[in-house]
Amino acid sequence: MDWGALHTILGGVNKHSTSIGKIWLTVLFIFRIMILVVAAERVWGDEQDDFICNTLQPGCKNVCYDHFFPISHIRLWALQLIFVSTPALLVAMHVAYRRHEKKRQFRKGDQKCEYKDIEEIRRQRFRIEGSLWWTYTSSIFFRLVFEAVFMYAFYFMYDGFRMPRLMKCNAWPCPNTVDCFVSRPTEKTVFTIFMIAVSSICILLNVAELCYLLTKFFLRRSKKAGNPKHHPNHENKEETKQNEMNELISDSCQNTVIGFSS
Amino acid sequence: MSWGFLRDLLTGVNKYSTGIGRIWVAVVFLFRLLVYIVAAENIWKYEHDEFECNIKQPGCENVCFDHFFPVSHIRLWALQLIMVSTPSLLVVFHVAYRENREKHHTQKLYKSPGEIDGGLLCTYLISLILKTGFEIVFLVLFYKLYNGFKVPHLVKCDLRPCPNTVDCYISKPTEKMIFLYFLVATSCLCIVLNLSELTYLIFKYSIKCYLKKCVKKHQ
Repeated sequence: MDWGALHTILGGVNKHSTSIGKIWLTVLFIFRIMILVVAAERVWGDEQDDFICNTLQPGCKNVCYDHFFPISHIRLWALQLIFVSTPALLVAMHVAYRRHEKKRQFRKGDQKCEYKDIEEIRRQRFRIEGSLWWTYTSSIFFRLVFEAVFMYAFYFMYDGFRMPRLMKCNAWPCPNTVDCFVSRPTEKTVFTIFMIAVSSICILLNVAELCYLLTKFFLRRSKKAGNPKHHPNHENKEETKQNEMNELISDSCQNTVIGFSS
Repeated sequence: MSWGFLRDLLTGVNKYSTGIGRIWVAVVFLFRLLVYIVAAENIWKYEHDEFECNIKQPGCENVCFDHFFPVSHIRLWALQLIMVSTPSLLVVFHVAYRENREKHHTQKLYKSPGEIDGGLLCTYLISLILKTGFEIVFLVLFYKLYNGFKVPHLVKCDLRPCPNTVDCYISKPTEKMIFLYFLVATSCLCIVLNLSELTYLIFKYSIKCYLKKCVKKHQ
């Protein structure tokens, strides 16, 4: 049980995302989670052991460490990644709910017994329109908010993104102002800047995706307003069904096991 | 055998849950289990090594640590996660029993073995009550054992063999406190979800029973 479980959950959401959403997910997994697990955790692994203060006074090191690092960078990043990934679950739940409704309709409706129809419903990829559009857009909005909040928290707590080599501490029980030295400050600064840069890229991707969805929404609306004579429901149903058939044929080799939202 | 087992259990439970139950599973998974494994465990990893007393007397640190931390926060947290997830097994066992019974009698005895009605509804309600009970018990235990949810940075200890009252310093108290508050917040959220689900199920099935009675009366 670790980040792999999150990967399984979010992998299922990937199917119903836009292209920008898929890029965002890739950036999240490769440049943030993977870097956190294989590199950053090692850099911060010995942070308290190698935090050395120029005093023999017992307790001074503990108190100074706690004062300068109320919450470690690595834990803050882990929390940020969990919070930022969570809104995608809203989409997964909405899709699961729609599938459930379709299955119920299929069971109640005509008994044509199309072989593997339930399987088709399970494998079906939903288009981002209607209520799913609102869920998807809200999830992107929440992602943006969480990213921004965590970046601000980082900046506020650590007075910028640089890790200093030396910190002066005079918290009790340190007898005087004492010099405390942080372990691997340059490496930590490099990784901090890297993680901040990738967060910024993710924010830009989310903003781009939001703009894309809003543009699509307004274009669709203006199309509907421009063609009032056609029966929109009937035409959309036919169009949607044809699109779904085409997508089913093209997606039939790209099944992802949805361990969580089935 | 590790947390993966609990993850598989929760995924199996998800199939027979209501909508609120699935939200509960998501909260337990992401905000409790995942946070515990990727963040919290590392904070408490070296808590004994980093616990420092202002004394050279051998044995004093050990005795003081044992006095102030009879059971470590992180172990209580793990126990809470296990105990809170386990009542859901009752539902899984009941569904398996139903499926077995259908196989044994080789005929359809239930509309759907996984549908929450009749005996399975009682089992589900009992599991919800047990889950809520365990959550409350552990929160009270945390509160009583540690005098609230604060983690002080200094504790004063005067147990033998410490010669006098000695200052002992806890490592990373602020970080531990932040995660403890996070634990309390998620526990409270899970309690609210369980109570909502309980209310929803009781309400839904009361209405169903009442409507059935009405229909019978008219007939």
